[in-house]
Amino acid sequence: MASAINKLLDWMLSGLGLSVSADSAVGYIVAALIHITLIINLVAVGALVFIWLERKISGRIQDRLGPTRVGGKFGWLQTLADGLKLITKEDLMPDGADGFLFKIAPYVSFAASIAAFIAIPFAGGPYPWIAQHLNTGVFFVVAVLGLEVFGVILAGYSSASKWSLFGAMREAAQVVSYEVPLGMCAVVPVLIAGSMDMVVIGNQQAGLFTNWFIFHDPATFITFWVYLTCATASVNRAPFDLAEAESELVAGFHTEYSGLRWSFFFMAEYGSMLSVSILASVLFLGAWNGPIPVASMLGLTAANGDVPGYIGNLLGLLNVLFKGVVGVSVMIWIRWTLPRLRIDQVMATCLKYCTPIAAVMFLGAVVWQYNLPGRTFFGLLAAPQETFAVDEGWAALPTTTAEPAKPAMVERGAATSLAPRLAANQGRGN
Amino acid sequence: MDAIYWPSVFFLIFGALACGFALAVLLSANIVRMAFYLVLSLAATSGLFFLAGQEFVGAMQLLIYVGGTLVLLIFGVMLTSQERFVNMKTLAGDWVIGMIAGGALLSLLTAAAFSVPEWRGPERAAVENLPIEPNATPIGMGLLGARVDQIGAPADERAGMAGYLFPFEIVSVHLLVVLIGAAYLARAKRRSNPLPTG
Repeated sequence: MASAINKLLDWMLSGLGLSVSADSAVGYIVAALIHITLIINLVAVGALVFIWLERKISGRIQDRLGPTRVGGKFGWLQTLADGLKLITKEDLMPDGADGFLFKIAPYVSFAASIAAFIAIPFAGGPYPWIAQHLNTGVFFVVAVLGLEVFGVILAGYSSASKWSLFGAMREAAQVVSYEVPLGMCAVVPVLIAGSMDMVVIGNQQAGLFTNWFIFHDPATFITFWVYLTCATASVNRAPFDLAEAESELVAGFHTEYSGLRWSFFFMAEYGSMLSVSILASVLFLGAWNGPIPVASMLGLTAANGDVPGYIGNLLGLLNVLFKGVVGVSVMIWIRWTLPRLRIDQVMATCLKYCTPIAAVMFLGAVVWQYNLPGRTFFGLLAAPQETFAVDEGWAALPTTTAEPAKPAMVERGAATSLAPRLAANQGRGN
Repeated sequence: MDAIYWPSVFFLIFGALACGFALAVLLSANIVRMAFYLVLSLAATSGLFFLAGQEFVGAMQLLIYVGGTLVLLIFGVMLTSQERFVNMKTLAGDWVIGMIAGGALLSLLTAAAFSVPEWRGPERAAVENLPIEPNATPIGMGLLGARVDQIGAPADERAGMAGYLFPFEIVSVHLLVVLIGAAYLARAKRRSNPLPTG
């Protein structure tokens, strides 16, 4: 992207007698700014939409109408009105608070929530739409998602209020516990795909919905639901919202916050909901591949030229965003349907149910993949060969000495040599 | 503009952030702020790893060190809520001992860093002279038992070359034992003479 921007600048400035070289720093800075702007806007505008959606859905579930007035039909501008109200509110800080930490805590949460989107792809194929294409994208996203809790703990500690501190401690215990089953669930698609690269994982699920990893085998099917439970808990949503249990703790960790600082916590929460939903869609639900491969049927792939590839990526983006919004809607639906758990029930759900189930499903997926490699849709269909070519990045072990390994990652993997991969790495760095 | 080598600039930025927040850990007296500065310092270090193109190591840094500091922070808040621990005053003797220990480590690391000849020239030349792109993949595959860096070696030399799978397994089992031991120590003790239950 950076070199394209440099070329564009070069073309625009050539009239003035200036020239920009293809690897000038300007292009990289502009490309980075574009990525950052897009991601921040996705989180911020997403929060606007999701808060409206939450009010509307909760209203319908409770047999109310929800917002109806602001912005004409359906009250779709209600969140904007709320935002304006929040900006005009007085920015309060308790007397005993640790001022520096109190002020910085909302930004820590928000920054951690945004950082996860850096490695999340929004469209795949050979030219994926992703801010930073990481080899170990899944690992990065899981690592960053665990950092949002820092803001919550800092907020709880620095507020100098026992309700806040209780909320923060509960949140800490909950997030640290739920990271374990969440990571185990995320590993299952990784081991099936043979890669931690989210673009590779998404591309392997191309084709009909039968290729989605949720339908790969019974273990992944169960893993998906465990993942959904753990993701709901790790973004601190009801029925796991112990950190802000309003019936016991006033408002938990954000009791003392008001105005725009308070809203930053909520933007972070909705941003995290969207990122775990998109992560679920990439890992289990086919990422940018719809249930029926419309884009490739119509020839909208990068193989047929730049413009069709671009339109195909646009369809992929719509797919990813649609799956993300559906995931968030399911979380909203769960929140307004189930009663809140007690703290011991939350812990028991994690340690006695989610973790053992995830561990057993991990073993199940390993055994299934070992015995039925190259099959999909619960082992009923043969997987298309090209979608299961794993780019391991080095030449396969010479078969003269090593007996052909049954796990078949090496045997089935594309035997690419190191040199072309390095060239590809250097090419895609921007 | 081409005279500026941007990776060096970013290296200096991240390095200054890491060192600055490390100093802040040292100079701050409040334990929670210390933990917060430590988090920022470690995050800047992971930024250095990302800058070097080692995403896996960088993400590992975030997950283990930054996430580990989270637990430290929680203990800091939970266990030291008494007034005399929240704001710590360091005694003069502690300063001296700390300076000696830290200074010894610093001098050792400095000497080690400057003993690598490639690190003393201009950075750009060192980067461009690298034979292949440095990558954490060989280490990861070595932990799984495949030495991909030795793949070109003749078959008789490669026999018995199992990578780092064995030490990896030993460490894993060791950690499992530690976990079980911790769970055993932490579990609620049964009464030695339980009341008969109906």
